[in-house]
Amino acid sequence: MKLYVELGGELRELEALEGWRVMEVIRDWDLPIKAECGGACACATCHVYVDEEWQGRLAKASPEEEDMLDTVPDTTIHSRLSCQILMSEALDGLRVKLPASSLVKEAAA
Amino acid sequence: MLMKNETLTDVVIIGAGPVGLFAVFELGLLDLRCHLIDILDRAGGQCAELYPEKPIYDIPACPVITGAELTEKLMGQIKPFEPEFHFSRMVTGLERQADGAFLVRTDEGEIFRAKVVVIAAGGGSFQPKRPPIAGIEAYEDSSVFYAVRRIEEFRGHNIVIVGGGDSALDWTLNLEPVAKSLTLVHRRDQFRAAPDSVNKMRALVAAGKVRLEIGQITGLEGAGGDLSAVRLNAEGGEKLLPATRLLPFFGLTMKLGPVADWGINLTEDLIPVDTARFETSEPGIFAIGDINTYPGKLKLILCGFHEAALMAQAAIRIVHPEQKIVFQYTTSSTSLHKKLGVAS
Repeated sequence: MKLYVELGGELRELEALEGWRVMEVIRDWDLPIKAECGGACACATCHVYVDEEWQGRLAKASPEEEDMLDTVPDTTIHSRLSCQILMSEALDGLRVKLPASSLVKEAAA
Repeated sequence: MLMKNETLTDVVIIGAGPVGLFAVFELGLLDLRCHLIDILDRAGGQCAELYPEKPIYDIPACPVITGAELTEKLMGQIKPFEPEFHFSRMVTGLERQADGAFLVRTDEGEIFRAKVVVIAAGGGSFQPKRPPIAGIEAYEDSSVFYAVRRIEEFRGHNIVIVGGGDSALDWTLNLEPVAKSLTLVHRRDQFRAAPDSVNKMRALVAAGKVRLEIGQITGLEGAGGDLSAVRLNAEGGEKLLPATRLLPFFGLTMKLGPVADWGINLTEDLIPVDTARFETSEPGIFAIGDINTYPGKLKLILCGFHEAALMAQAAIRIVHPEQKIVFQYTTSSTSLHKKLGVAS
């Protein structure tokens, strides 16, 4: 199954595995996502913008995820934490965009 | 001779997280006195600031413990050694003196003279998150603030506060009486702040005293450091809000900070140490916990505890080179029992 990630104006096609977190797929392909806390929903540095088309198909954000998103200064209505989205058949082809604030320092500069 | 504001001690520990706290215990068993300096306003470091309520499962002998509980237990464990805490301060300078001792300076103007410095600063110092708005730096400390030091500086201003946590809500309530106008901006119409503060804010909104906007700040208008308005991306589209003071409250992030200027070798914002003493490239300066690196390093609290124990054995030899060190167990040593204040 595929995951599409927009990063610095470029669209990357990543092979994803069922049950993996979107953050883990991005990290596994060596894209420069910060993801400081490693998936514990405790840091918000894996923040992504989910493509409008896909938004309705995701499970609703938990109150915990919403609270973490409150600490992100560049959220939009498309914002989610990629560690809280699990890849599944229904999300084959999911498209997300990585904001500069979720990139490791060297990549963002 | 000591100068004014100068404190003499055996060891200065930079960082009062779990590993810095346990270092007090290991150093205390060897009769070394410690002063701890931390940028936060209380002990616990990341455990207190990032995840006080989250359970930790890998502390030996504690199947489950929260960050807040771990901090509290460590504080109890080190109490007999009477550590002195200096909170809400950043260490700005670290210099070696001719006699080999160190002068540690804080941004509050204090000076500590110590023979050993232990850096237990975790991911660095906590600093407010800066919104990624183009040109915001030009307004910082003149119109944009990340904390309120004096309420008077906000009197008569068009204030915009951004965020949904306790800081945003508390300052909305506290600054409303002095503001010309006050707008609270948050990304959603739900707040994680204390329910009582949220209710009070809603009452002020209903009374027309506070304006609530759902959205996110995307731009600033003004000149020469003087803000005049903020651009808001809201549900109904873009809006311009009059603003002469902006207070973004997005929580804290960790930055290495001044550690980089102390002449210690660094590798990608971490401090390389040896694994027998946990000493940095500068003799007498040790680094323990998440801030250090060595082959096989794991960023675990329990690894930091081990590092603290070995560091203490090396530190005593620097503070008291003449002293013969006899290794003792807390289970059996009468002298350690005395230090711990327990009956043998």
